[in-house]
Amino acid sequence: MLKHKIRNRHPYMFIAPAVSLLIIFSIIPITIAFFISFTDLDLKGLANWSNINWIGFENYQNLFADDTFLKSIFNTLFYVMIGVPLVIICSLGIALMLNYGSNKLFSIFRSVYYMPSITNIIAVAVIWGYLYNTEYGLFNYILSLLSVENIPWLQEPTIAKISLIILAVWKGIGINMIIFLAALQGIPRAYYEAAKMDGANRIQTFFNVTLPLLRYATFFVTVTTLIGWMQFFEEPYVMTQGGPLDGTLSIALFIYKEGFQFSEFGYAAAGSFVLFIMIIIVTLIQFKLRKSDTEF
Amino acid sequence: MAILNSTKGKTEKTLITVLMIVGGILVSIPFIWMITSAFKPESEALRIPPTLLPENPTLENFRHLFTELNFLIYLRNTLIIVFFSFIGLLFNGMAGYGFAKFEFKGREKIFYLVLATMMIPGQVTMIPVYLLLNGIGLTNTLPGIILPGLVAAFSIFLFRQFMTTIPTDLIEAARLDGAGEFYIFFRLIIPIAKPIFAVQGILAFIGAWNSFLWPLIVANDESLYTLSVGLSLLQGQYSNNFALQMAGAAFMVVPIIIIFSFFQKYIVEGFTMSGIK
Repeated sequence: MLKHKIRNRHPYMFIAPAVSLLIIFSIIPITIAFFISFTDLDLKGLANWSNINWIGFENYQNLFADDTFLKSIFNTLFYVMIGVPLVIICSLGIALMLNYGSNKLFSIFRSVYYMPSITNIIAVAVIWGYLYNTEYGLFNYILSLLSVENIPWLQEPTIAKISLIILAVWKGIGINMIIFLAALQGIPRAYYEAAKMDGANRIQTFFNVTLPLLRYATFFVTVTTLIGWMQFFEEPYVMTQGGPLDGTLSIALFIYKEGFQFSEFGYAAAGSFVLFIMIIIVTLIQFKLRKSDTEF
Repeated sequence: MAILNSTKGKTEKTLITVLMIVGGILVSIPFIWMITSAFKPESEALRIPPTLLPENPTLENFRHLFTELNFLIYLRNTLIIVFFSFIGLLFNGMAGYGFAKFEFKGREKIFYLVLATMMIPGQVTMIPVYLLLNGIGLTNTLPGIILPGLVAAFSIFLFRQFMTTIPTDLIEAARLDGAGEFYIFFRLIIPIAKPIFAVQGILAFIGAWNSFLWPLIVANDESLYTLSVGLSLLQGQYSNNFALQMAGAAFMVVPIIIIFSFFQKYIVEGFTMSGIK
């Protein structure tokens, strides 16, 4: 009886370290974030708790009247709408290409295409900052050979957004390509042979056999990529600090700046909840779409 | 007809191979440019038209990083974080095993709680975690940098997925032989789960080597900076010394590329293994 009790403690001992760390650094913080988003907590409040006031929904009201925040929402949507489809199309395209052959060359190039995604984001931003440099950068030099005028890669708001997207797509392809590749290799040969016997051509086979069978992989890639891009942070942080004229400021960078540069903790927490709710809504929509998709 | 088909297949294959190589070179340009520029003297990196290979290859940039700048300290801090990330990995593995192979009260509920933490974006917890660390006096310390990212729900999930495939009879047999639970975990489970530990270990290494956000938020002292934070500082301070910047970037990127090329087989298999198909 006693021995049985001791044995029953074991599962808790196995999960305790990880679960308690997750509770301390995820569950408790999100509760705290929720409460402080209704207060005016800043540096003064941090020094003396009696300076903290409960201000209800004021932070949220101010956010939606804050032009900088609205701009950061617009920029984030811009990143997501252009970046996510680009990442999915490019990674699927490259996966199809790599799936075509199986010799050594193809496996070497699999690594080449994967490499950007494991590269340190700060190093990436530093390298691309050099490539994008208006005067000394490689890109403008190559364009000058084709007698194209200097492009202000990071100096003009819209071009700067696109420049950051190019970099993030370059970095985002690898991991999604591997997921597509794993899914492609899981498709039984018999399906292709059956399609061939029915006289289907390449394009028909792709749209009627390959693509439907990649549905789960595509769904997984779309959801994770979308969530990742909504939290776009390091690229603008390192390369443009959100500028020029807040043209590359993302929601995540806005929260970081409000929290750690201006020490407006309450305001930043409210901003982070707006982002959280946006992510939940987008994810739920996707799950809904997928459900109706499988019914047909 | 058959011959026609095979020549058609051959041109197609050549076409795709060429396309793949051209694309691969395009994707590699930033890496190639980084490596060659890292060995150029400062003035050569600013020359128009640029030189592809350094005319006077020099190690001056790397010397600068380690003697005049504090990259040695950044490297030490980064390696400490890498070391602790492996302890975090062990915690993840233990939790995965606990959820997979034990029946206990509240198992389902706790596991859903773990999965729910995956949904929470980093930006939401960023501020309260900072306030918590500040409250217990861990800001500007190494534990403060290490603790928030030590365990990851996704990793626990992958470990659990793998561990459920281990036959329970095997564990029961070890128990009948009188083995203790931790003995079973370290001597029986870890060797069986080696593939998943290998994959997660590589990913943990890469994650810790690249850690940026927590060191940036928590560390005020330069003596606590990691390589990533140091590199972003360098970019701000030496904004026009591109050769030096490229040397710093190369120092961060090349070790990861070497490790990856040794273990890439495991990483790719790991994705297939985790059932993401």
